[in-house]
Amino acid sequence: MEQTSSLHDREMNAAYRVRRGLGRGGVYAGLIIGVILMIVPFWWMIATSLKSPIEILEFPPTWVPTGQFVQTDTGEWDEVYVVSRDADAGSVTVRPAAGGDQQILPEGAVQSRARLRFSNYVEAWNQAPFARYYFNTIFVTIFVVIGVLITSSLAAYAFARMRFWGRDNIFLVFLSMMMVPQPVYIVPSYIVLVKLGWIDTYQALIIPWLAHIFSIFLLRQHFKTIPNDLYDAAIIDGCSRFSFLWRIILPLSKATLVAVVIFTIVGTWNSFLWPLVMTNTPEVRPLQVGLARFSQEQGTSHELMMAAAAFSVAPLIVAYFFLQKQIIQSLATSGMKS
Amino acid sequence: MNWLETLRRNKAMDPITAALYIVPAGIIVLIFRMIPIASAFVLSFFDVKMGRVRGFIGLAHYVRLFQDPTFFNSLGTTAYYVIGVVPASLFLSLFLAVLLNQKIKGLGFYRTIYFLPVVTSLVAISMVWKWIFHPRLGLLNFVFEKLGGNSLLWLEEPRGIFEMAAGGLGWEWWPEALSGPSLALVAVVIVAIWRGIGYNIVIFLAGLQNIPDQYYEAARIDGANTRGVFWRVTWPLLSPTTFYVMLSTTIVSFQVFTQIYLMTGPPVGGPMGTTKVIVYYLFEKGFDAGGNMGYASAVALILFGIILTLTLIQRRVVESRVYY
Repeated sequence: MEQTSSLHDREMNAAYRVRRGLGRGGVYAGLIIGVILMIVPFWWMIATSLKSPIEILEFPPTWVPTGQFVQTDTGEWDEVYVVSRDADAGSVTVRPAAGGDQQILPEGAVQSRARLRFSNYVEAWNQAPFARYYFNTIFVTIFVVIGVLITSSLAAYAFARMRFWGRDNIFLVFLSMMMVPQPVYIVPSYIVLVKLGWIDTYQALIIPWLAHIFSIFLLRQHFKTIPNDLYDAAIIDGCSRFSFLWRIILPLSKATLVAVVIFTIVGTWNSFLWPLVMTNTPEVRPLQVGLARFSQEQGTSHELMMAAAAFSVAPLIVAYFFLQKQIIQSLATSGMKS
Repeated sequence: MNWLETLRRNKAMDPITAALYIVPAGIIVLIFRMIPIASAFVLSFFDVKMGRVRGFIGLAHYVRLFQDPTFFNSLGTTAYYVIGVVPASLFLSLFLAVLLNQKIKGLGFYRTIYFLPVVTSLVAISMVWKWIFHPRLGLLNFVFEKLGGNSLLWLEEPRGIFEMAAGGLGWEWWPEALSGPSLALVAVVIVAIWRGIGYNIVIFLAGLQNIPDQYYEAARIDGANTRGVFWRVTWPLLSPTTFYVMLSTTIVSFQVFTQIYLMTGPPVGGPMGTTKVIVYYLFEKGFDAGGNMGYASAVALILFGIILTLTLIQRRVVESRVYY
């Protein structure tokens, strides 16, 4: 009796393990399909950005940028462009990439090899004032980050630790402003900036973003967790209110401040609708708007467009691979507005 | 006890000191948030051309708005977009989050990859996907042909997907009202799902990890199978997260602009106006030469009304339907 039961158990266990194993396999299969779908567009951006204008037009497309090469007498491989192929004669008409006359060669003399054209990046960079766009974005981002840190810490400190008339009501008004989406106020904001004479200036891109309500909210929540005793002790020791904020509260809030910095950088770097509306000239135009312009003007040079897209996203993506934990956490909180 | 006295006085701040701390943020919020938001209401009753207010015209903008078929089309297109994005994004991200929650190896790696598009600018993403959707040279049509399908026009296809499906089945006739969103809009929807999924996965994963293991153990001891555990334990306990993800995705989706601006057309909103969403309509009316900013403000208020209603519904639903 005991034996059958243990046999039964063992069978059950085996069946369970097989099912579990299949389940595990399914889990990983699902996750890996997901990873492929997420990665392919990035791969495609980079692969395209390294192709020649001729290779772009090939269908079926190549996964890895490829060039056609012919070996010279000295054993070096020279790149050639294929002009036409004659299948019956088994010959290929090619034109040397370096310039020169067309040649007709036997099929076997021409070889496909990986060929990465980094020159596309230089060409794309030079076809539009990308250096200027880059500078503009970095300049604006630096000012916005510093400004947000200052205004948010001060306001959050007042909301968290001071008692004054109307405090909670003012805070509520701030919070309710946060719920209004940007498209709703973009038109009147434009008029405000026209009245200030700020259209097409750095002020238009920086000053309206120097206060960030969600950062105030986040810092206030954190400041509230710092015990009152600490405050009392500091005051007894002759610490002023401001130096309490500067010397004690802010150092204790590093993680929250880092989160604020991260979502401010990402938000400013990637913002599009606002600078699209508020700038007209390349002098102050930030990277995203410049990139959009470039994409609309290029039309068919897909390899240059992909190169431009790649060098525009590179800084954030590189930073992301180093600081992915902090960045994911910061962006996840910044979305949790409600 | 003099120091205690000082302490107490210090704690009850005078409003002037407090004001000094709030003023920097407060001025910015006042000038660049409160005034514009209030102005949006006011402007919608005025004739405003190129940033100049020209006169009070009452409800004329609203009357014109409700007679404009393009406006209703843009609302319909936006609704199609939201309905296309939200359930699919929710389903896929919950599915992947549940897989990631199975104590698998390399959780960090998967999360990093899924979240990657969230960090990438929408402008760049739109450019890459427009190229992938290219009707002649695109990667997607190449994959479709490899799998034995037909290549499609994607972003250049104005026909509705239901109409196309009916055509594919050989039906000669299909009611125009039921032709559905254009394939071009569906292409934009695909990009939005791809872009937003990583964010939703992270939120769902946090929600899943908040469910205590005891509940799962108890359910197992009571003999529940995997499916039972999901529907009886995970799903109800996760419901606040699910509602949050659903509504935040909906609110963001209603504001779609960048992808439309970069992926569709020229002219933007094409082909045949089938991807002209509400924010693009607003942008066009507000900032194009022939537009009127008062009219655009009226559109903005209607958009705001929709989003506010959704937010309030969210509050209600979350308050009444949290399961524990």
